[in-house]
Amino acid sequence: MLEAVLSRLGLPGYEPEAARQKVFGVIGDFDTPEDLLRAVRTARAAGFTKMEAFSPFPIHGVDEALGAPRSPLGRIVIVFALLGLAGAVLLQWWTGAVDYKLIIAGKPLFAVEPSVPIMFELAVLLSAFATVLGMFHLNRIPTYYHPFFNYSRHAGASNDRFLLAIEAQDPKFQAEEVVRFLDSCGSRHTEVVEA
Amino acid sequence: MADLAIDPRLELNPPLVQGGMTYSDVTGKISSIVEGKAPKQWWIAMAVAVPLAGLLFLCLGYLVATGIGVWGNNSPVGWGWDITNFVWWIGIGHAGTLISAILFLFRQKWRTSINRAAEAMTLFAVACAAIYPLFHTGRPWRAAYWLFPLPNEFLHMWQNFRSPLMWDVFAVSTYGTVSALFWFVGLVPDLATLRDRSTTPLRKTIYGLLSLGWRGSATQWRHYELAYLLLAGLSTPLVLSVHSIVSFDFATSLLPGWHTTIFPPYFVAGAVFSGFAMVVTLMTLARWIYGLENLITMKHLENMCKVMLATGMIVGFAYGTEFFIAWYSNNQYERFIFLNRAFGPYWWAYWSMITCNVIAPQFFWFRKFRTSIPAMFVLSIFINIGMWFERFVIIATSLHRDFLPSSWGYFTPTWVDIGTYLGTFGLFLTLFLLFLRFLPSIAISEVKGVLHQQVSAGHAAHGGSH
Repeated sequence: MLEAVLSRLGLPGYEPEAARQKVFGVIGDFDTPEDLLRAVRTARAAGFTKMEAFSPFPIHGVDEALGAPRSPLGRIVIVFALLGLAGAVLLQWWTGAVDYKLIIAGKPLFAVEPSVPIMFELAVLLSAFATVLGMFHLNRIPTYYHPFFNYSRHAGASNDRFLLAIEAQDPKFQAEEVVRFLDSCGSRHTEVVEA
Repeated sequence: MADLAIDPRLELNPPLVQGGMTYSDVTGKISSIVEGKAPKQWWIAMAVAVPLAGLLFLCLGYLVATGIGVWGNNSPVGWGWDITNFVWWIGIGHAGTLISAILFLFRQKWRTSINRAAEAMTLFAVACAAIYPLFHTGRPWRAAYWLFPLPNEFLHMWQNFRSPLMWDVFAVSTYGTVSALFWFVGLVPDLATLRDRSTTPLRKTIYGLLSLGWRGSATQWRHYELAYLLLAGLSTPLVLSVHSIVSFDFATSLLPGWHTTIFPPYFVAGAVFSGFAMVVTLMTLARWIYGLENLITMKHLENMCKVMLATGMIVGFAYGTEFFIAWYSNNQYERFIFLNRAFGPYWWAYWSMITCNVIAPQFFWFRKFRTSIPAMFVLSIFINIGMWFERFVIIATSLHRDFLPSSWGYFTPTWVDIGTYLGTFGLFLTLFLLFLRFLPSIAISEVKGVLHQQVSAGHAAHGGSH
């Protein structure tokens, strides 16, 4: 009823329900990390490229099997470490030797030696923030909505189940065929998941 | 292929997750602490902790209203219990970072069951420590302008960055911040577990928001694992720097007994020593309250006892070295201060320190004591007391007899000193109990990772390819 009214109004940015019914992909549910790993390898051999595995803990070998590139986080962090270091030098030099010159115990207004502790601390502080915020950005979190959560057994991925999604963006994606394929890999519960 | 049951390696390396737990058992056991009703012991502990925390706020309120003269600090002992307690609490925190970062880098898998609680302990200990310098300023609402280089209307000047007290501000605040980040990053996957298990809308909303939409996808784990490794790599030099810089507060002064190059490593070892003692105290209690014997096993506890033995020996060696150097330096002030430490008016504090820090850990040479819960609980309390005395001895004995005998004195704590110190225990315990109650106190995803390796190794030992 409401749907019918809304679709007739033709509001900007409003898509009728029929058009919104898109598919995220097909998700299968496996018993063990080894079963998941084998399914990923079989799927890759079968030519699937847009896949994602979900597990309650990191499984070594899944990244390689999925063909994922190395995380660029290290490069992001080193930039911020150097910024922290440089910031600490500027802070201590400018406040002590430029803006407010105060001779204390006849010591130089700026010297490297007493500046080292704060240079180190600020480099670590900025690196830590870069690590955490960089990881958040690369992982696209915080996020309020993700189609993965439409899978009826998604909670298993944070407990003791090992899930494999073959996404609709995959050029070889054919919903019924993918369901059959994941079942043949040993999935206990395969489902077409809406976007 | 060797049978697992008679594998001799098993005698030396008992499994870290015991009782034949499955992944789902691990989830269930740890989540049940948060989801179920609080046991009676928890309420008893809260009934002790909350009034003590109230005492802290009472004492601090009285101090702010009256002035810092309500503490016993006075000339010549200008630093009394405040800095003693500050250094002691900061030291307590060091074990948390050591367990979460350094043992992670060394791939010590036994850290997994205890790291979460130890990191929480770090945060709460740093919070307790920060109270002392903050309130020693007398006007804590203005302290930010004195401590941090914030442009402001009151001072019209900048901090002296050549002072070790400024280094300390940066070290401790960086340490607190990085520890909080590390702790939160570790919590995210486990908060997602709690979110997925939630049955009430309130829990689902709170844990849902806190877990940031974590899905546990392979892509997320890949970035997450690197982030965790980087944070461990950053925290390792950081934790070593913090107590080194705390020791600079003393070592860069010209006072006999403080002006020594041994301080940084000696302080760091002492911090780890006291921190592990606190972890053992808390873990034996948490294990007992919540029946976590299969997750916090005797192996975990025995390893911590070994760390206490090792760091206790380092601390004992440092006490000896200090005395030797005082004699070897042929400096009369240095010699006097050390003889005065052991045989002067504070002899009782010095010998309490030696008994608790040097003699008590020697029991850990024997397996019987390393594997006895009552023994390690009592010894860990002794070590906590001993490390408090160490800081008190260093501070009070170096200050109370100045170069001129006309400037000699004796420090006596006031009721506000004592109340504030007891109060920080209340705050610490309250926060720790709330943490046990509302957050996963054992790293669920990490324990499952260890369990997976254990299961795979078991299959390999049986010669069965899965």
